[in-house]
Amino acid sequence: MHASNDRPLLTTRAAELLVSAFLILLCGITAWDSWKLGAGWGEFGPESGSFPFWTSMLVVIPSAIIFLLALRDKAAATETFVTVEQFKLVLKVLIPSIIYAAAVGFVGIYVASTIFIAFFMMWIGKYNILKAGGVGVAVSVVFFLMFEKWFHVPLPKGPLEALLGLN
Amino acid sequence: MEELGLLFHGFAVVISPFNMLLMVVGVVLGVLIGVLPGLGGANGIAILLPLTFSMPPTSAIIMLSCIYWGALFGGAMTSILFNIPGEPWSVATTFDGFPMAQKGNPGGALTTAFTSSFVGAIIAVILITFLSPIIAEFALRFGPPEFFSVYLLTFAAFVGMAKGAALKTIVSMMIGFTLAAVGMDTVTGQLRLTFDTTVLLKGFDFLIAVIGLFGIGEILLTMEEGLEFKGAKAKIDLKVVLHTWKQLPKYWATSLRGAAVGCFMGIVPGGATPASFMSYGVAKRFAKNPDGFGQGEMEGIVAPETAAHAAGTSALLPMLTLGVPGSPTAAVLLGGLLIWGLQPGPLLFQEQAEFVWGLIASMYLGNVVGLAIVLTCVPFFAGILRIPFSIIAPVIMVICAIGAYTVANSIFDIYMMMTFGVAGYLLRKLNYPLAPLVLAVVLGARAEDSFRQAMLFSSGDVSIFFSNYLVGGITGLSIILLLLPVLQGVLEKMRNKPATA
Repeated sequence: MHASNDRPLLTTRAAELLVSAFLILLCGITAWDSWKLGAGWGEFGPESGSFPFWTSMLVVIPSAIIFLLALRDKAAATETFVTVEQFKLVLKVLIPSIIYAAAVGFVGIYVASTIFIAFFMMWIGKYNILKAGGVGVAVSVVFFLMFEKWFHVPLPKGPLEALLGLN
Repeated sequence: MEELGLLFHGFAVVISPFNMLLMVVGVVLGVLIGVLPGLGGANGIAILLPLTFSMPPTSAIIMLSCIYWGALFGGAMTSILFNIPGEPWSVATTFDGFPMAQKGNPGGALTTAFTSSFVGAIIAVILITFLSPIIAEFALRFGPPEFFSVYLLTFAAFVGMAKGAALKTIVSMMIGFTLAAVGMDTVTGQLRLTFDTTVLLKGFDFLIAVIGLFGIGEILLTMEEGLEFKGAKAKIDLKVVLHTWKQLPKYWATSLRGAAVGCFMGIVPGGATPASFMSYGVAKRFAKNPDGFGQGEMEGIVAPETAAHAAGTSALLPMLTLGVPGSPTAAVLLGGLLIWGLQPGPLLFQEQAEFVWGLIASMYLGNVVGLAIVLTCVPFFAGILRIPFSIIAPVIMVICAIGAYTVANSIFDIYMMMTFGVAGYLLRKLNYPLAPLVLAVVLGARAEDSFRQAMLFSSGDVSIFFSNYLVGGITGLSIILLLLPVLQGVLEKMRNKPATA
């Protein structure tokens, strides 16, 4: 199913180590922040920070164990977590999606969605710009009518809508 | 049995052409809402609530509750066909529903899901019909220690059934709890884990986590195998339906257990989502073939669907009798009642009998109508699968983004959704179970609140969780479940020692 020259990008062991290390770091920070807030007994019962402190520690400690177990796990050291080809495919969807999400804040969701759908259709589906643009615009118009007019649920809009007076 | 008499009177109210039409419209809308990730049951009803202001309250609640049933049915569709849960309570349905569909039996999976939902709902409605006064009195005795013990039991069931992945289950769960703690502490009003940002003030909504982890995460995972959605093509023809129906009675015990879990979780505010997970965990524990779970085991669909729909329905019981909603969607319906000038509570049954019994009668009919519509609508949804990937993938992304945004009108939530998506991709690949994470985000605040209130009552004395048979029994069971993986690990080591000696 994969090309024979499909190199592994990351071993499972490396991935385990990275993720558990990240979790230790992240929840170490939340544990510290909760501790600062107070993790003992206050006048209203357990202090605000108690619960998140303990939940954070219950991430840190098991993650540390997972980390140590992963260090010793020989099987995971040879197992492929993701190959280069697979990762490229994932990125092909992920990167445009991230750009799309970021764009919503600037041009509003309707314009961003139109561009996103059209781009995807052209890049992956190899449609020509007319068809792709057409579908993109059509979908956005349908959503606009559905959400703005029918449901009365306002979605983020940008400069184009302001220009057209659709705010 | 005066309830029966009142029920028949209720049917008389419901079977009017206008109300029946509303029923059908409601179910269809509900299925649509249930299928779209992000436009959830609670959201959808909230959005459509204003549409009902011009109707008489009885008609309005009939339509809204039918939307609810539709959503309960609909969430299963995308779970089974795409492995993307349309609703948080359909997440557990993906565990066995999607593999079953992948193995070539999507019609069977869908029929199982819909029928189980129907069974769960009917059992719950019968329960509501006859037990309203008794249940109301029982729920009144539930204080914070009892609530916390129930939450503890749900989580313990997950750890207990984890079988070797207990560490990662705990990590997942605790990540969820920590996420749930972000924002304002309801007890003291202090801000926690917001790191001086305003966007984190409102904390993380579980809907965002679900859309991201399961929606976006699933899409990313699928991409590894090539840029297409390998959704199962589904046709439900009569043969498949009848064939599946013949097999279902085998699982009557699972059904009953699921319905019991569901009714319990709906009444004791837990909701359809935790009910579906708990029922799945319980079913796996009792199953003759536990390792089949996750591979397309029919029982693995029966359990969560029966429980989720039973919980969703029975959540209306405390809502009607006490004014305490048993689920987020029930909370929205409660809002509707108040807007129409109706006071939920024991008095509602006395003063607005026509309304209450009309509603209860509509629950029976609504689910029958729902089942019929949903069994026939599947080809329509299957048609969506034939749209090329390059068109449907971005459209699903757009819908997810809209879904994420409409939860709290926050663009930040769209970013969070993407983050959860990446996290979901990584965690799933490394076998960190996601269900406990979502469950913890959903229930975290309530679990923590009930714990702290219990501690306040007892001034820090943990024995309050054993102070009476009810809470002691539940807490004791939880502890046993939590220790199970440890016990199993020890037992296995002991069994392995003689072999290597």
